[in-house]
Amino acid sequence: MFTILMYIVAFGFLVLSFIKDKKKTLLALKKAWKSFENILPQFLAILVIIGIMLAVLSPEVISGLIGEESGWFGMLIASLVGSVTLIPGFVAFPLASALLKGGAGLMQIAVFISTLMMVGIVTIPLEVKYFGKKAALLRNSLAFAFSFIVAIAIGVVLR
Amino acid sequence: MKMLLIRYKYFLILLVINIAVYGLSPSVGQKSIDITWSNTVEMLSVIPPIFILLGLLDVWVKRETMIKLMGEKSGILGILIAFFLGSAAAGPLYAAFPIAGVLLQKGSKFSNILIFMGAWSTTKIPMLLFEASSMGWEFTMARFVINIPGIMLIAYVTERLLNEKEKQYIYDSAGSI
Repeated sequence: MFTILMYIVAFGFLVLSFIKDKKKTLLALKKAWKSFENILPQFLAILVIIGIMLAVLSPEVISGLIGEESGWFGMLIASLVGSVTLIPGFVAFPLASALLKGGAGLMQIAVFISTLMMVGIVTIPLEVKYFGKKAALLRNSLAFAFSFIVAIAIGVVLR
Repeated sequence: MKMLLIRYKYFLILLVINIAVYGLSPSVGQKSIDITWSNTVEMLSVIPPIFILLGLLDVWVKRETMIKLMGEKSGILGILIAFFLGSAAAGPLYAAFPIAGVLLQKGSKFSNILIFMGAWSTTKIPMLLFEASSMGWEFTMARFVINIPGIMLIAYVTERLLNEKEKQYIYDSAGSI
């Protein structure tokens, strides 16, 4: 639904741009294609890694690792799973909710969601390409540490 | 042809691994292929408008404008724009990297780019609605409220820990991609 909105916005600007300047518009499309083609190899590799990883780490496996009683160890596992996996939001949230019902702990789920969204081990090579090694590693490690603060805050607020 | 093989070598290696997994355990292999396929379809459906907007941004928005909006001296305006741009987006975080690259190339402040990526990763509006519907409003709001200062803190600390030379390198390489 939101994707459709993005299409409408992009198409609208494209038409507007075309009316104003055909040449520039073509250049824009060329640049769009070039930057897409530029990262396509990494994109495809990432997609296959995610596929293999999610096939091995099924919801049952994950919820067994991060149960209510799993404590800090469970949070650590949850954060690692969240960091290496890359799941689109519309799959992740129902999954998280199902994991909660399946006996996973709230803080473990919070750290899982937070790392899932902010930390991307698999995409680090791509990130390095744009921001260099140090910035990419810094951003990911800070986001990793911050995810624990989020989890603790949620644990305090919702308990 | 050979260039193409080299560029796609990781993808090809992974495909071979996936096929090997299929040979060892057909059910896991099949599941992996299904997941990869559905993610690929999702990516291909989300990505075209993002890259079209990226191309238009690159061609139409002048460097001077971008510096004024998100550059070194943009202050609170730059932060707000970064939050807004990131939150209004759709798509996985790795789709944000090329956009961040263009914004950098146009002279945006590095910490604003980090805020943009932080917002893209966690405070996306469509995602928040989705989160609330499956995790409840309390969970979502608690996470949202703590994420706003968190994103800024991460951006600020990352920027502070990079020296001028490292930042210059990032700006230079953003121009070459």
